[in-house]
Amino acid sequence: MASNITKVTNHISPNEALIFERSQPGRAGFSLPALDVDESSIDEIIPREMQREDALEGMPEVTEVDVVRHFTRMSTWNYSIDQGMYPLGSCTMKYNSRLNEKVARIADFANLHPLASESAAQGALQVIYELQQHLAEITGLPGVSLQPAAGAHGEMTGIMIIRAYIDARDGKEASAQRRTMLIPDSAHGTNPASAHLSGFTVKTIKSTAEGLTDLDHLRELCAHGNVAGLMLTNPNTLGLFERNIQEICRIVHDAGGLVYMDGANMNALVGIARPGDMGVDVIHLNLHKTFSTPHGGGGPGSGPCCCTKELEPFLPVPRVVASTSVGDSDSEHRLKPMLRLDYDYPQSIGRVKAFLGNYGMMLRALAYILTHGYDGLLEATQAAVLNARYIAHGLLTDYDKPFDSDPMHEVVFTDKRQARKGVHTLDIAKRLIDYGFHPMTIYFPLIVSGAMLIEPTESVGRQELDQFIEAMRSIAKEAVEDPELVLNAPHSTRVGRLDEAAAARKPVLRWKPAATESAESRSTASHSS
Amino acid sequence: MANVPDNLHYSKDHEWVRVEGDIAVIGITDHAQDQLGDVVYVELPKAGDEFAANDSFGSVESVKAVSEIFTPVTGKITETNDSLNDEPEKVNKDPYGDGWMIKMTMKSPGEVDSLLTAAEYEDFTKAEE
Amino acid sequence: MLEEIGAASIENLFDSIPQELRLRDHLNVPAAMPELELLKRFDEMGTRNQAARRISFLGGGAYSHYIPTVVDSLLSRSEFFTAYTPYQPEISQGTLQSIFEFQTLVCQLTGMDIANASMYDGSTAMAEAVLMAERVTKRTKVIASSAIHPQYLEVAHTYVQHAGIDLEHAVYCAESGTTLPESLSGLDDQTAAVVVQSPNFFGCIEDLAALAEKAHSVGALLIVTVTEAMSFGLLKSPGACGADIVVAEGQSFGVPLSFGGPYVGLFATRDKYARQIPGRLVGEAYDKNGRRGFVLTLATREQHIRREKATSNICTNEGLIALAATIYLETMGRRGVQEAARQCAQKAHYASREIEKLEGFSIPFSAPFFNEFVVHAPVDAASLLEKLASGKGIDGGIALSRFDTARANDFLVCVTETNTKEQIDALVAGLSSSTKLV
Repeated sequence: MASNITKVTNHISPNEALIFERSQPGRAGFSLPALDVDESSIDEIIPREMQREDALEGMPEVTEVDVVRHFTRMSTWNYSIDQGMYPLGSCTMKYNSRLNEKVARIADFANLHPLASESAAQGALQVIYELQQHLAEITGLPGVSLQPAAGAHGEMTGIMIIRAYIDARDGKEASAQRRTMLIPDSAHGTNPASAHLSGFTVKTIKSTAEGLTDLDHLRELCAHGNVAGLMLTNPNTLGLFERNIQEICRIVHDAGGLVYMDGANMNALVGIARPGDMGVDVIHLNLHKTFSTPHGGGGPGSGPCCCTKELEPFLPVPRVVASTSVGDSDSEHRLKPMLRLDYDYPQSIGRVKAFLGNYGMMLRALAYILTHGYDGLLEATQAAVLNARYIAHGLLTDYDKPFDSDPMHEVVFTDKRQARKGVHTLDIAKRLIDYGFHPMTIYFPLIVSGAMLIEPTESVGRQELDQFIEAMRSIAKEAVEDPELVLNAPHSTRVGRLDEAAAARKPVLRWKPAATESAESRSTASHSS
Repeated sequence: MANVPDNLHYSKDHEWVRVEGDIAVIGITDHAQDQLGDVVYVELPKAGDEFAANDSFGSVESVKAVSEIFTPVTGKITETNDSLNDEPEKVNKDPYGDGWMIKMTMKSPGEVDSLLTAAEYEDFTKAEE
Repeated sequence: MLEEIGAASIENLFDSIPQELRLRDHLNVPAAMPELELLKRFDEMGTRNQAARRISFLGGGAYSHYIPTVVDSLLSRSEFFTAYTPYQPEISQGTLQSIFEFQTLVCQLTGMDIANASMYDGSTAMAEAVLMAERVTKRTKVIASSAIHPQYLEVAHTYVQHAGIDLEHAVYCAESGTTLPESLSGLDDQTAAVVVQSPNFFGCIEDLAALAEKAHSVGALLIVTVTEAMSFGLLKSPGACGADIVVAEGQSFGVPLSFGGPYVGLFATRDKYARQIPGRLVGEAYDKNGRRGFVLTLATREQHIRREKATSNICTNEGLIALAATIYLETMGRRGVQEAARQCAQKAHYASREIEKLEGFSIPFSAPFFNEFVVHAPVDAASLLEKLASGKGIDGGIALSRFDTARANDFLVCVTETNTKEQIDALVAGLSSSTKLV
């Protein structure tokens, strides 16, 4: 008997539209209590010509249930750390602890206004003060500012500090001759962009065949006498530790420059070695990498800047400092340190952000450090490096590893072997999605052709590492036996590869109501420089 | 195999020059557009702008890369191919024809003699690989 | 595992690090703390944040608005908060579509054509707008109103100090509390932009149309900064007034105060500046089967491609906070945002009327305001507010002496839809009684 029963239909979930397309006039997701004060005519309190005329036309009208379903459905289209390994090199996608989330939501912190008087915010200031101390200990650099909101922001801060230091040391005229910032060819793009913001011109340092900084080239560039500093990542973006770091710092210091370290790869160093001991003058950290604060789909981050005692006067203001004062009623005559905001730093580069920084991330980072303790922090580093080595070893049979040296917490491979069959890094990454993994970082660093930068972090067990290695081996096999499968991947996602070229040629960057669509798309199409 | 027409002059930065009287028509080569991938945007100068040989006069963007474009000769812009604003893909489809970028009056027409011939350019690109 | 990779011990994993750099002893940080202990510790620290429990009329760049329960609930979905930047669009459509909605909402609120995926906050967004104006106009002078939030001005100065930009101030009018077009005396054909905040730091609403006209008359851009984003729900959009770039602090939209961060910077401008805008952009795209999706686009503006020539060095922005704002705006919706804004204005004006009745108190600025206003007290404001806080548990406002020692008796009051009539009446009564104690 033929069955006409429809057994399976397409659930609405994969086809969730834009909220504006779901909007129905009259719907509301929230209601406020009625106005309880005497009401004036609105025209009396705000002149007509200053009032909005469009009544927020176009903004959605949906119910709470609509909103919940909308975002719940969309969330199912995302891969996330909670699902599994997220081996994005240079991003340190480690576990985002739920405990940290709870701490960040404690009402006494969440409801605290940034301009509250200092005496009524001592707990909040203590979090900043303690975190500063721990980060100083971890980096070996005593001067700390938690004000920068992300890594790139911390970079800008660090480079501006270098500039200010040299201005003070040499005088403005002489400093104007020192405008070169040396940056390795393997550096993250934020490095030269941040240097540019501080008025420096960038000169690129070559890497050796081994993947490390070319010391001869460094000496050559430093000999010009116009070098303000060097921006270095250590371990570098190839995952290799710059074992000549002390010599590198010496060369730059002898030439009158300072050394800035991009701390993105601190996950290989915490508890093992300290940048301050290496000769580094200033570093930025990424709390959203090494210190586990969540990546949130693109932030928020937090990029503390740590520096030597000599550079401390140039840190952003205000700084959280402790001063002793007579204790309050419960401590009798005992002196109790009062934490306060100190603005008295005449040589400071200034403020880099309103208020004190991304405070919610500081709470989480402090919780992370306290939860792990000195033992746990060291273990995390060891596991991170072990995991990366394990993957490096496992993939050797099938993928080209451009550098022989042992990698630290991340390892880079290329698509050289697969490219012979017309399968490239992009294709391998897309096929990895079908195996249930988020792809690694691709095409970075730029000095490695077809780079695949893999960083498992410590938050992955052996079983999953083995699964990842198996998946990569399988893809290598497919590249030879059935390349089409790889070239057309991913096959298992709700959308396939998207036409990014068309998207860039005729950018549509917002939703517009249908009625005006044709007029709008015409105007979008003809936009010129 | 990239197309390298005989009647053009070439630069090491992968631009071509076609001489039409005292006007130089300039664009990027087939090899260049192939390397770049789908072109999404071309930034061009204005008529009247002047450039010395090897100056950057604009840039070409693909999704994941941007390349500056350098004029192989010295001159003053007379015309720019504004149709590339709406159809940047012309650079990919017809780099030597519809994908032309600028026209300029040459300050010293003899400059083209120091550029590469088609054969020299072909050798050059092969060596780069 | 060690065996498999041929390493003798964990120690050996770090052989490439010179011995003399290896730490001999463990880090001098506390030993690991179990969950219970950790929570107790933070709870204890929390008790020393008395201000968090007070009735609050604090504004000045950070605002206390009601956050619907769904916001945090949806935000806590790990698919959102543990995900990373959507570099692989096929498995990040949740994040990408949310950002596209965010960009759309920002355009609608600001009255502009395009908006980016977020900046760190309002202050850095304003600084980046100044840098963008220089790029677009190729001029190096910028005039900023002295009625802009002082901390925002500080940040702008930090950003431009090495950019070859000359940042001048235009003094606000002491009577109205606003920036008069006549005060832009330095305006000339070398001016890249005029920057104002509206409502400004004193809560006063600026005449944006007049300022736009003045700026445009010399070919300069008008940059408008908004710290209280709720004002978009009632006031004419900066876009409709002729602004060229609009930046704002989005914290009012579903983001907790959290002692100053993380917040979210909104950045919007005209279509023609699409390639000069900093930050990430999400655009529509289609796969080969015609299915609509979203991707990061126009990436060639950004640091990972343009490097030192990028429109900004920004990489990580405020993705999750932008999502919070998106969920908030969609939950409140068109009518909820207007209603919340209306209530803010009504309650603030009730408060100002009642305070004005108090002996010795006055409202010094004549310009219309949205939900913040300056009060002139008969006594030192900082002392008055301190007495009010410790005696009545009310944070009545921000003493302006913190920013300008010449304004010792002035303080800034902010009222939102969360302040009840009872609280406002308590504020008024409290100010009256506390004055006698100063």
